[in-house]
Amino acid sequence: MSVQQTTRPLGTEPPLPGRRLEITEPFQLDSGVDLAPFTIAYQTYGRLNADRSNAVLVCHALTGDQYVVDPHPLTGQPGWWSKLAGPGKVLDTDRYFLICANVLGGCMGTSGPKDVNPATGETWGLSFPVITIGDMVRAQKLLIDHLGIETLFCVIGGSMGGMQVLQWAASFPERVFAAVPIASTARHSAQNIAFHEVGRQAIMADPEWCAGAYLESDRRPARGLAVARMAAHITYLSERALHRKFGRNLQNRQAVTYGFDADFQVESYLRHQGITFVDRFDANSYLYITRACDYFDLAAEHGGILANAFRGSKTRFCIISFTSDWLYPTSENRAVVHALNAAAANVSFVEIETDKGHDAFLLEEPEFFATLRGFLAGCAEHRGLAFA
Amino acid sequence: MSPEGIDRVPRGPAPRGDIRSDLRLIAEMVTPGSRVLDIGCGDGALLAYLGRDKQVDGRGMELSQSGVNACVSHGLSVIQGDADHDLDEYPSDAFDYVILSQTLQATRNPRQVIDNLVRIGRHAIVSFPNMGHWRIRLRLLFHGRMPKTALLSHDWYDTPNIHLCTIKDFVSLCSATGIVIERSLTLDRAGQPFALDPMSGLANLLAEQGLFVLRRGD
Repeated sequence: MSVQQTTRPLGTEPPLPGRRLEITEPFQLDSGVDLAPFTIAYQTYGRLNADRSNAVLVCHALTGDQYVVDPHPLTGQPGWWSKLAGPGKVLDTDRYFLICANVLGGCMGTSGPKDVNPATGETWGLSFPVITIGDMVRAQKLLIDHLGIETLFCVIGGSMGGMQVLQWAASFPERVFAAVPIASTARHSAQNIAFHEVGRQAIMADPEWCAGAYLESDRRPARGLAVARMAAHITYLSERALHRKFGRNLQNRQAVTYGFDADFQVESYLRHQGITFVDRFDANSYLYITRACDYFDLAAEHGGILANAFRGSKTRFCIISFTSDWLYPTSENRAVVHALNAAAANVSFVEIETDKGHDAFLLEEPEFFATLRGFLAGCAEHRGLAFA
Repeated sequence: MSPEGIDRVPRGPAPRGDIRSDLRLIAEMVTPGSRVLDIGCGDGALLAYLGRDKQVDGRGMELSQSGVNACVSHGLSVIQGDADHDLDEYPSDAFDYVILSQTLQATRNPRQVIDNLVRIGRHAIVSFPNMGHWRIRLRLLFHGRMPKTALLSHDWYDTPNIHLCTIKDFVSLCSATGIVIERSLTLDRAGQPFALDPMSGLANLLAEQGLFVLRRGD
């Protein structure tokens, strides 16, 4: 496999567009380490209303970022949820004030392993503390406090974003009016951890990784990161979707070549996914964020009983899963529904029929959009949000 | 979040303007402002009606994706699930009323479902088609074929209705399991109540549906 290395000398990256919040107070992580100072990079869309009641916090997934609506500054691709969010869309920026922050440990402006440790003047690399979903959420809360928002109208996200939604609802129930975890789980399963470990090992097996200190020597573990992305990408799709899209079709050839070039379209597609990914993502960030997912187990924080995480919650929940998602299958989502029922919480749950696998949460699925639109409209009524 | 900010009344457009007459009878049994779980809530017609006209804090459960989507997209709190698998987690006395309308006969384990209904709700409202109706008895007697009626319109080989009973059967199950029948009604085909003693043999012959309000025994 040929992966082009597109290393830029350190410090020559163009500054990323968007807003920044500098946190100077010590911030204690779940690991016990104090992180300070650090930066939260975020984007907002739409306008906060006078009584600050229309704020929607969007939580991004593992390789997502804060560019929900506007084009990605490095790739120029449309925002990752631009089908769902924007003027007149389901997450209507004419009505709601959307906020999305790059997660702690990320590589799009929020402090992470590729940044410089202010205490030493050197790149963090593997000396960056290990972070958790809980840490990400508490960092987001600092941002919400800073923006002067008492109650978020809605916290929404898919996949790892859904884990943050559940963490928000469990940690700060009085500040979340509605919560929409999509294609997610309350606990990373052994299979989820296993796939993440494959990705991490691929990165760490790349000699260019240099035990995590690749930036200092101006190198990048692009091959390892690309393989990690390829393996992960398979888990985002479904067998049926792969078959429908590619079957056993050959890539620009009439017959197999009896070699290891990309004979099949599906190989070519995966290689493309891997190669394009390394241009926008930091390998060490991938290690840290996958680790945060692996550590996620909301029930464990509440005596092993998930329902205890939501006891007394007044938040209105809408859980959404997809039939062909085998990474965060319906059963995992339904376990959250059962826990919410056990806590007598207000919950809606829909399983959307689709063959698009886990990735469906990023795609235009009419039933998914209709359900979400209706749920948000109902919540807006209950919240007393009046739209002109 | 201010508690008074939650008024719990879905004011979105109801899936249907009016509701079936048997659902209206059920609605009349529900105390305004109470907490209600409607199992097998379909498109949410009853929930929407209860929310709008009785200020009920309603939740629903429905098996079909189209039904759930219709409900949620109308602002109702409904989960995709079924009475056999998704009731165990609810705490006892979580609701004032649990409603199971024309669904009992399609459950896998009706006895366990009824036990769950009276556990989860202070009151359970259950309606079901009466297999003791004379038309059904005659059809079996004279035609020798599995009966089909307006309420039970499937052929035997593709019917979801796998646990059919008569009104007498139902009453006897309640008495065997110590469940208290607080109120009972018998209905004709149009869902209009009969002026008959629901416990009588005549009711078991003439009624097309039974409608019972239950609570667990002391």
